[in-house]
Amino acid sequence: MADEATRKAVSEIPLLKTNSGPRDKELWVQRLREEYLSLIKYVENNKAADNDWFRLESNKEGTRWFGKCWYIHELLKYEFDMEFDIPVTYPATAPEVAIPELDGKTAKMYRGGKICLTDHFKPLWARNVPKFGLAHLMALGLGPWLAVEIPDLIAKGIIQHKEQQNS
Amino acid sequence: MLLQWWEWEVWGVSLQKCSPDVALLLLFDYDKVELANMNRLFFQPHQAGLSKVEAAEHTLRNINPDVAFETHNYNITTMDNFTHFMDRISHGGLEEGKPVDLVLSCVDNFEARMAINTACNELAQIWMESGVSENAVSGHIQLIIPGETACFACAPPLVVAANIDEKTLKRDGVCAASLPTTMGVVAGLLVQNVLKYLLGFGTVSYYLGYNAMQDFFPSMAMKANPQCDDRHCRRQQDEYKKKEAERPKQEVVQEEEEEVVHEDNEWGIELVSEVSEAELRDASGPVPDLPEGITVAYTIPEKDGGSGETVEETDQSLEELMAQMKKM
Repeated sequence: MADEATRKAVSEIPLLKTNSGPRDKELWVQRLREEYLSLIKYVENNKAADNDWFRLESNKEGTRWFGKCWYIHELLKYEFDMEFDIPVTYPATAPEVAIPELDGKTAKMYRGGKICLTDHFKPLWARNVPKFGLAHLMALGLGPWLAVEIPDLIAKGIIQHKEQQNS
Repeated sequence: MLLQWWEWEVWGVSLQKCSPDVALLLLFDYDKVELANMNRLFFQPHQAGLSKVEAAEHTLRNINPDVAFETHNYNITTMDNFTHFMDRISHGGLEEGKPVDLVLSCVDNFEARMAINTACNELAQIWMESGVSENAVSGHIQLIIPGETACFACAPPLVVAANIDEKTLKRDGVCAASLPTTMGVVAGLLVQNVLKYLLGFGTVSYYLGYNAMQDFFPSMAMKANPQCDDRHCRRQQDEYKKKEAERPKQEVVQEEEEEVVHEDNEWGIELVSEVSEAELRDASGPVPDLPEGITVAYTIPEKDGGSGETVEETDQSLEELMAQMKKM
């Protein structure tokens, strides 16, 4: 899995119960409620640990999600927009998180800015269907990706800090 | 015939040459032609920037002008497109309103395969799945008959053993490569299987692997999993059982399956492992009965009580939760 800190953070994210996807009408609404509950708890945990690093919201149907994520590097806060669609096969398959503004800037990315996760992620997700949800995707997918890629992009001068974002 | 393809095109050329058996091709792809695709000799540099389905149609039309095409340049895994995709499978046949004869999947990712699998299970659509491994030295083709054979979700993804010396890899387990030759072989195997299926000659393979390092072609048939996560697969299995019960008894030729040979270090357990022994045990599940040369990419543990807290019970509506999130 990931490092100790990530493991601990993930163990405190509530697991989800309903195995349904966006084509399942009422059951999908139930799943969405669980997603929001889990996300809210995860954000609260992050705030308590002084590591509030993302926000997410969705369209009414819960099929399109968008938000922001932050990464602090050498006391400077970097902000990125992110987005993803819920695939029809969710939660059997995890959504592909995209950071459009970084498209083409790193090899660890597919077309359109979709982040490329490690070999560990897919089997881990598969083993935990349907208990893992979007909060887990953030903690195990996007979080570790930012931790590896952003310092690297900064070091290479590919991204610069915007003056307005001071932590 | 409906062709869903991401990555490779040799298939298209072979099949074009085989018509009049194929009169109509529906092509689905989400990608554009780029210079990186030139190693496969199907697209040409002047087509860079066009969508792959557009470029494919031009090229294939030149090879055989008698085949009709319908192209769709979109991602089938989104809600909107998936509905349209399912509609084309069920109504896009040679005679509009009828289903297609066969769906062929030549995609390069798990998510797309699962989406196609979901659609075909729901529609009882026979399809063939194909793929080439990330290291480009193995590949496979698979025939899926919903309810009768294993569907794509019945077992974790299968892996044709590549027999690469792990010591030659710089990053554990990863050696991304692209070999048009491997793709050509797998495409040929796929089209061959399609012809046998459509024209009724020879033995159609349910699963045929290709290990390029040793030229080993393991083959097998995998039955459907009664505990498959996809409820449509389970439903199709019930339908199939009913049909079989009603059929007059026939001599069934059993395929001899070779004994399972214990794998070597497939999970890449390193000296300094990120995964503890306990976690590994928890993460391991049963391995299906597979012949030599084929294994699973990972295993799923038996469903347990679950360790960890689940979300709390609440009366809050979805709108209230969305508003709460916005205020954070």
